[in-house]
Amino acid sequence: MAPLLEIKDLKVSFDTDDGVVHAVDGVSWSIEPGKTLGIVGESGSGKTVGGLSLLGLTRSARTEISGEAIFDGRNLLDLSDEELRSVRGGPISMIFQDPLSSLHPYFRVGSQIVEAIQAHQKLSDAEARDRAIELLGLVGIPDPALRVDSWPHEFSGGMRQRAMIAMALANEPKLLIADEPTTALDVTVQAQVLDLLDRLRNELGMAMVIITHDLGVVAQTADEIAVMYAGRLVERASAEELFSAPQHPYTWGLLRSIPRLDSPPGEPLIPIDGRPPSLINRPTGCAFAPRCPYAGPSCLVEPPALTPAGGVDHSAACVLDVSARAKAWKALAAGGGPDDAKGILGVES
Amino acid sequence: MARYIARRLLWVAVLLFLVSLVTFVIFYVFPTADPAQLRAGRHASPAQVEQIRHRMGLDKPLLVQFGNYLRDIFTKGDFGYSYVNEQPVKELILARVPATISVAVGASILWLFFGVLVGVISAVRRRSKLDRTAMGLALVGISAPEYWLGLVALYLFADDIGLIPLFGSANSYVPITSDPFQWFNSLILPWSVLAISFAAFYSRLLRGNLLEVMGEDYIRTARAKGLTERRVVLKHGLRSALTPIVTVFGMDLGLLLGGAVLIEVVFNIPGVGRQAYDAILRADLPMIQGTVLLGAFFIIFANLVVDIVYAFLDPRVRYE
Repeated sequence: MAPLLEIKDLKVSFDTDDGVVHAVDGVSWSIEPGKTLGIVGESGSGKTVGGLSLLGLTRSARTEISGEAIFDGRNLLDLSDEELRSVRGGPISMIFQDPLSSLHPYFRVGSQIVEAIQAHQKLSDAEARDRAIELLGLVGIPDPALRVDSWPHEFSGGMRQRAMIAMALANEPKLLIADEPTTALDVTVQAQVLDLLDRLRNELGMAMVIITHDLGVVAQTADEIAVMYAGRLVERASAEELFSAPQHPYTWGLLRSIPRLDSPPGEPLIPIDGRPPSLINRPTGCAFAPRCPYAGPSCLVEPPALTPAGGVDHSAACVLDVSARAKAWKALAAGGGPDDAKGILGVES
Repeated sequence: MARYIARRLLWVAVLLFLVSLVTFVIFYVFPTADPAQLRAGRHASPAQVEQIRHRMGLDKPLLVQFGNYLRDIFTKGDFGYSYVNEQPVKELILARVPATISVAVGASILWLFFGVLVGVISAVRRRSKLDRTAMGLALVGISAPEYWLGLVALYLFADDIGLIPLFGSANSYVPITSDPFQWFNSLILPWSVLAISFAAFYSRLLRGNLLEVMGEDYIRTARAKGLTERRVVLKHGLRSALTPIVTVFGMDLGLLLGGAVLIEVVFNIPGVGRQAYDAILRADLPMIQGTVLLGAFFIIFANLVVDIVYAFLDPRVRYE
């Protein structure tokens, strides 16, 4: 199937007083209609900037954006501000991390949704209001005809995010970009909101990109997962394969750091040592090498490209041998430590 | 809300009482001149002065004097009589109020308009030459004393002594009811001078507010909805950036309604500020009390209005 949105070699850098920050550095991915893509990475990995840049929300005199983002036959990155405006909140819409600060405190919830509708459709105030009530009902707000006149501060966190989703759905988008949609919410509400997003995606036949730092968020909903590190994609695979046969040492680290229900009580979590690199002065080779237990001299030459790694449409950016990596993960998954994996990968301890 | 307002109104009365007490005490602790002596004139005999002192009630104990003053206000609405010309204070002040209102309201419309306009343009075109020039001029406007600006304006533009005689000069004020055109013409310079000082401050304030607001998440949401940048700035941004300005505006207007002393003196406008200035020079206690009370009333009342208006502007604010 032809992709709905295809990103090729997206680069975004900001000129700051401290130097040029390469927030996104050559990222490519695509998404098909009706599918869900999870983009996973820690803070500062460039996952949010990538999403915002697609809609021109990072454009400024000090920002440089290059690459291609083909949507509906047009390159979003080449569109004028005015052309992009009609895309934003129309065919592509976005929801954000903190639903309280993302809603304007001085306008009623309903009027903010009405505004989103009228930005793209010629509807009368009454018609738009009816549509806003319908949308609030769709996202599971009780008594939508009453709640349409509430202020944002009268909503709970989960309701605010539902209202944000209603606003994003106002013009029947083909693609919804959800940037950390559940991070600011209570755990029980997180699951509700994720279920809601998945149900709506299914009912409305839209595609969805979920940007998150939490693999657990995309485990259930995503068809495909892309892992970002320091502005680059380090691994791409179907969700199933990413969890069963991950190929990149960073992904291993992420998976191993997730607490498990079946681990014995009191067992310490396994963190990834070190910190993400500065995006101003990046390491010359693989950006993860300084933190990677398996890094050797060959890792420091140049940033590795995404190369096929085992399964269908599975690729990873690592110079180590593919089959050795597969074996090393099996050893790690069976409860082995990094030293066991090092033996398999042929790296000196 | 009604209870809140009632409670606040009670406080208005308490504060006005304290203000008149403080004014009274200051007048007697730091005497500027002996009112009886002033009233009696240069060649009066001591006996004549004492007679006048007795007639004015100034020989009674201070507490009695103050008590009588308050009693007359509450029972008769009588604010006393001017020591200088023995006319009722209330009438004298009320006669001056229209001129002060003319100055304050006209100037406030000007400075609000230009302050917001310049602030928005500077914020939107941040770091441009336009922004830097405007903010530089604003700094000059804030720093320059009003009376100096007033004198400069007169020397440049007044139609009697100005280099480019364009507008009404000092001392040309007439009530709007007698000649609307001359009223307007005489107020152009005082309005402009006041407006420059305030607009300079407001534009910097608004620019700062707006820049801060434009970094908020809800502005990103407004853009993500596909609104035009114009609407994002003028509706979503300005709505938040203007709310704190309302507070400052209410207070400034309240302050000016009590008398724009410097401007009224420089331009010789017969307003309450000018009246207070004259009363102080003449040690005319009842007039000082009257003008101070009026000024205090406007400030306290403006405070109350601002707080009430705020509850309507910010839906998160609820009193009780």
